[in-house]
Amino acid sequence: MTAQVITVTSGKGGVGKTTAVANLANALAMDGRKVVCIDGDIGLRNLDVIMGLENRIVYDIVDVIEGRCKLKQAMIRDKHYPDMYLIPAAQTRDKNAVSPSDMIRICNDLRPDTDFVIIDSPAGIERGFRNAIAPADRVLVITNPEVSAVRDADRVVGILEAEEKGSPALILNRLNPVMVRNNDMLSAEDVLDLLGIKLIGVVPEDESVIIGSNRGAPVVTDPKSRAGQAFRNIAKRIQGQDVPFMDLDQQTGLWGAIQRLTGRK
Amino acid sequence: MGFFSRKRSASSAKERLQLVLVHDRTDLTPAQLEALKNDLLKAISNYIDIDPDAVQIGLERDGRSQRLVADIPLRNVTRQ
Repeated sequence: MTAQVITVTSGKGGVGKTTAVANLANALAMDGRKVVCIDGDIGLRNLDVIMGLENRIVYDIVDVIEGRCKLKQAMIRDKHYPDMYLIPAAQTRDKNAVSPSDMIRICNDLRPDTDFVIIDSPAGIERGFRNAIAPADRVLVITNPEVSAVRDADRVVGILEAEEKGSPALILNRLNPVMVRNNDMLSAEDVLDLLGIKLIGVVPEDESVIIGSNRGAPVVTDPKSRAGQAFRNIAKRIQGQDVPFMDLDQQTGLWGAIQRLTGRK
Repeated sequence: MGFFSRKRSASSAKERLQLVLVHDRTDLTPAQLEALKNDLLKAISNYIDIDPDAVQIGLERDGRSQRLVADIPLRNVTRQ
């Protein structure tokens, strides 16, 4: 097996990069894939808490690069999926401790016995972002249907094109179907038209995402969550399956049932 | 503006982003574009007679690429 290296990036902070990485890794592990996640945000480590692995950290990626431990020793095994690992970011180091060639070397060491390496890029377009995209075979740009997030995503897409990383695929996160229906939020079509790249998934706004983060159990593990379903679908598409896009406009609950009965939706 | 008369915000977002992205991608500010238009008109006027008010010059998006589109009607010249 030779791993595919996937980097998740966004430009703007707070749009859901870390959540997406944790969820996609869990969904791929649920499908029986061997996955290694790398937290690329040196100095602002977060993927460990989202994945619920914060108490198991002994070594981090800078320890690997500076030769204080072997790569295997910095790989934290997940609690539920024995074939899923996290390589945590250093919390106290300055971000120049890692270079693009370090990232390429680590990923090349992981490739032979891994299916997917998923890298959580830091926000911004500086060194940490450059490190995160250097080893990528494929880049996923994540954004929200909101002016500043879309603008920053466009900058990142432009840089990826200039770096000849190919055209990235888009994850549109936190879409609120009710606001879209009321024409008070950019739709998936609007964002795709603006950014001019292909779509790999739309994740609806969903309270269960925060509940999952609170517990350190990503939302894909909740079979009832709509956001969880959206992430599971993206993971299938990453594996090359053709999964239809969810109908986010579908109403749920009593009001939705009434509207369906009366033919309003 | 009242609640019912206001333009829904999604279309404002899209229109504003369309403009911002074109300027971001070309690294050309609206002021620079204006200066470019004036220089272009000056250069063309050295050779042919044009009506500056009828000229339309702007940036257009085509997927991920931008183009500078100019529509410059020429005045008919009556030869003596």
